[in-house]
Amino acid sequence: MERLVVIGAGMASGRVLEHLFEAGAPFEVTLFNAEPRGNYNRIMLSPVLSGEKAFDEIVTHDDAWYAEHGVTCRFGEKVVAIDRSRKVVVGERGEVPYDRLIIATGSAPFIIPLPGHDLPGVVAYRDLEDTNAMIEASARPGAKAVVIGGGLLGLEAAAGLRLRGMDVTVLHLMGHLMERQLDEAAGYLLKKDLEKRGIEVLLKASTKAIEGQGKVERVVLEDGTVLDADIVCMAVGIRPAGQVGADAGLTCGKAITVDAQMRTSDPDIFAVGECVEFEGNLFGLVAPLYDQARVLAKTLLGEDDAFAMRELSTKLKVTGCDLFSAGDFAEREGREDIVFRDPARGIYKRLVIEDDRLIGAVMYGDTADGNWFFGLIKDQTDIEEIRDTLIYGPAFQGGGAAGADPLAAVAALPPEAEICGCNGVCKGQIVDAIGAGADTLDALRAQTKASASCGTCTGLVEQLLAVTLGDSFDAGGAKPVCGCTDLTHEDVRRLIKARELRTQPAVWQELAWKTVNGCPTCRPAINFYLLAEWPLDYQDDAQSRFVNERNHANIQKDGTYSVMPRMWGGMTTADELLAIAAAAKKYEAAVKVTGGQRIDLLGVKKEDLPAIWADLNAAGMVSGHAYSKGLRTVKTCVGTDWCRFGTQDSTGLGIKLEKKLWGSWTPHKVKLGVSGCPRNCAEATCKDVGVVCVDSGYQIGVAGAAGMDVRETQRLVDVASEEEAIEWTAAFVQLYREHARYLDRPYKWVDKVGLEWVKEVLSDSAERAALNERFEISQSVYRKDPWAEHTSEPEAEKFQPIADLTMEPAE
Amino acid sequence: MIWTDIGTLADIPLRGARRVKTTKGCIAVFRTGEEEVFATSNTCAHKQGPLAEGIVHGRKVTCPLHSWTYSLETGEAQGADEGAIATYPVKIEAGRVLLDVSALAEKAAA
Repeated sequence: MERLVVIGAGMASGRVLEHLFEAGAPFEVTLFNAEPRGNYNRIMLSPVLSGEKAFDEIVTHDDAWYAEHGVTCRFGEKVVAIDRSRKVVVGERGEVPYDRLIIATGSAPFIIPLPGHDLPGVVAYRDLEDTNAMIEASARPGAKAVVIGGGLLGLEAAAGLRLRGMDVTVLHLMGHLMERQLDEAAGYLLKKDLEKRGIEVLLKASTKAIEGQGKVERVVLEDGTVLDADIVCMAVGIRPAGQVGADAGLTCGKAITVDAQMRTSDPDIFAVGECVEFEGNLFGLVAPLYDQARVLAKTLLGEDDAFAMRELSTKLKVTGCDLFSAGDFAEREGREDIVFRDPARGIYKRLVIEDDRLIGAVMYGDTADGNWFFGLIKDQTDIEEIRDTLIYGPAFQGGGAAGADPLAAVAALPPEAEICGCNGVCKGQIVDAIGAGADTLDALRAQTKASASCGTCTGLVEQLLAVTLGDSFDAGGAKPVCGCTDLTHEDVRRLIKARELRTQPAVWQELAWKTVNGCPTCRPAINFYLLAEWPLDYQDDAQSRFVNERNHANIQKDGTYSVMPRMWGGMTTADELLAIAAAAKKYEAAVKVTGGQRIDLLGVKKEDLPAIWADLNAAGMVSGHAYSKGLRTVKTCVGTDWCRFGTQDSTGLGIKLEKKLWGSWTPHKVKLGVSGCPRNCAEATCKDVGVVCVDSGYQIGVAGAAGMDVRETQRLVDVASEEEAIEWTAAFVQLYREHARYLDRPYKWVDKVGLEWVKEVLSDSAERAALNERFEISQSVYRKDPWAEHTSEPEAEKFQPIADLTMEPAE
Repeated sequence: MIWTDIGTLADIPLRGARRVKTTKGCIAVFRTGEEEVFATSNTCAHKQGPLAEGIVHGRKVTCPLHSWTYSLETGEAQGADEGAIATYPVKIEAGRVLLDVSALAEKAAA
């Protein structure tokens, strides 16, 4: 048997061995590794650092695997020299002769030679030892970490250390994070997200020295800033570690030079991985390394293959920081940008186009379409035709079915299309494996390695499962609005706005609805989103409303309705009560006093609704909207009008608020309360918006609840005047209308976006004014009594049966 | 077949319904498309909800009370729910909606 010696047991050489053994190649293998262990998935050290995975879970080849394939392991032993004349590798513990030799010594972290860089407590982020050192340092409560380098590796280290409970500061020399993968805007969003999780980020931070007595104690910056540190992680880059090849006289540039067959200048010596240089290129990401491994295995087996450079994409493996970048996105003459931003949701997408080809993509916050864009870049697809809608991703490309539906797009991919870039797994292999019984993501990963390395293509692999298995596959993940679409509520709202979709059919068509005209789940939601976005253009669709909103009354279990007139601020008059009493008698209604300070008339027949409304209108009353996802009641106490404790006119303010807000449609119902003093008789602190009057003004609380969940309001702001209280309240309601998911009460929405964000937006007086202006535009259409519109013909007739056949003989 | 004129097509809102009162209870007449109507019993098999008040989607209606969904073509409850409602022949002629009331007559005679 031929003797194959491998120096370095990393991801690249591990992959070479897998290919060789799979092909049944007759090699007697000796494997040297300086680290005292075999091959593990180095790119998954981040989850080990953060505690999301154990080291055992990222081991690629264990002792049993090496034994099974007859590999002689010399782990923890460095190679001293290669003697090419005698064809032997000289290890620290003896020589091994070779027929063929693979150098896979990888790279070494770059350590800036700062004063103090060799103190204990300064680590790189390269191997398990570094990772363990950081985990150990994080064990002490209140421990502080400084990470030098705001690139991919540094940020993953920072996030991991933060998850371990450390105070983490990232020092980055450049003006924005990950400048090689991200542009400034995406870098800004990333910084914001990291800061949100408690990681401090200092940009343009130049480190002067690391100091301490016998171990790291602090980091000093050029500008004099001093940062305490128990551990310093230097993650500023890597450099090829091919010295053993250079020493042996192999041709080297910045690393060991190889040809497209991974052969060095010595025909029996090969090199693979981060220690090689190919056509002037160095390597740091895993995907091309696996390409090299495949080519090298073929070469050793005597088959033809050639390594070629290809486009790379990057994702950051920090849970919750969703970013994607691919290709070239530098600004240059002749290049054009397509940019989409949604500051409220922290989303940024940028596509760079040159000569009708997509050449670069940067995405932050929503990266679902990353692989699709990456495919366009790699294939140099002509995008002129789809340019207008390109940034919305594959779901919105008109024309063929493949463009309309992401699943169809995946289904249309040829079998040789590459799905998993890390492991070079193509669609055909995955589909075959599914056919052979791998019907879960885990099973597929185990059998094909697809999405088993960095995980970026997990979505694609899941889509393949869905396409191949049909309905029996449950993907989980972002929840679509309903079965009619794969889009989330947020996506739909964004696209209605961005693509100016002004009708329901436009939404169904342009967003590729799977049903003809929606379902009872999406229809009311889309109807609301459209009228909230285009109040002046969109015609409210009664047929997309639940029965109560369509009939402006609440249906009861026997098919009759309840009718509830508005009592502004809970105030009524003797004349109103007389009219209510008369109506109750005339239409044989039961009378109930409600918790919202109004009177409910129950048991009214549908046919009688227009008539009872006309009677109530005649007495000056209007709909109380007790049936709507809109403003319900404003509950008040009597305040300074009567109460000896009242501090402000709570009744008056309640009436003003109700007159301002009534008739508006909202994602779910909205109830208000105004109490005249902190005794809070109006129970304002469990309302969607609750105002508590105090001597100095008005305390506005939001996001309370007293239904399925009980919540106390959270303080939005304290204001001095009624006008301000009304302005803030209307701004809050409008912000809720513009952003909340349909059927989320304000408290649920605030839980999702965070009260801090709501405060931040509303504390800007210009923004508050703009929200009020948009609210008033909408109210110019909706601040009116729907009852009055249905008491006369032709509307009233619609509440009657279309025909009455009871009087006619059937024959 | 005993076709009875119950009104104009325009009287039924698109993706909506109207009721027809009969001696055997109400029939719901649904308009699922510009030129497409269906007629079924107005009464849900579950808790007698008025189906004419439901949301009409495709050739289906969802009951306003507890969201049972029926095929308007067959009257069969959809999904996990089991049950069925009566369906009646209905057609459009020159903008008028004609309902076949022979089933009602038979039942009345029986």
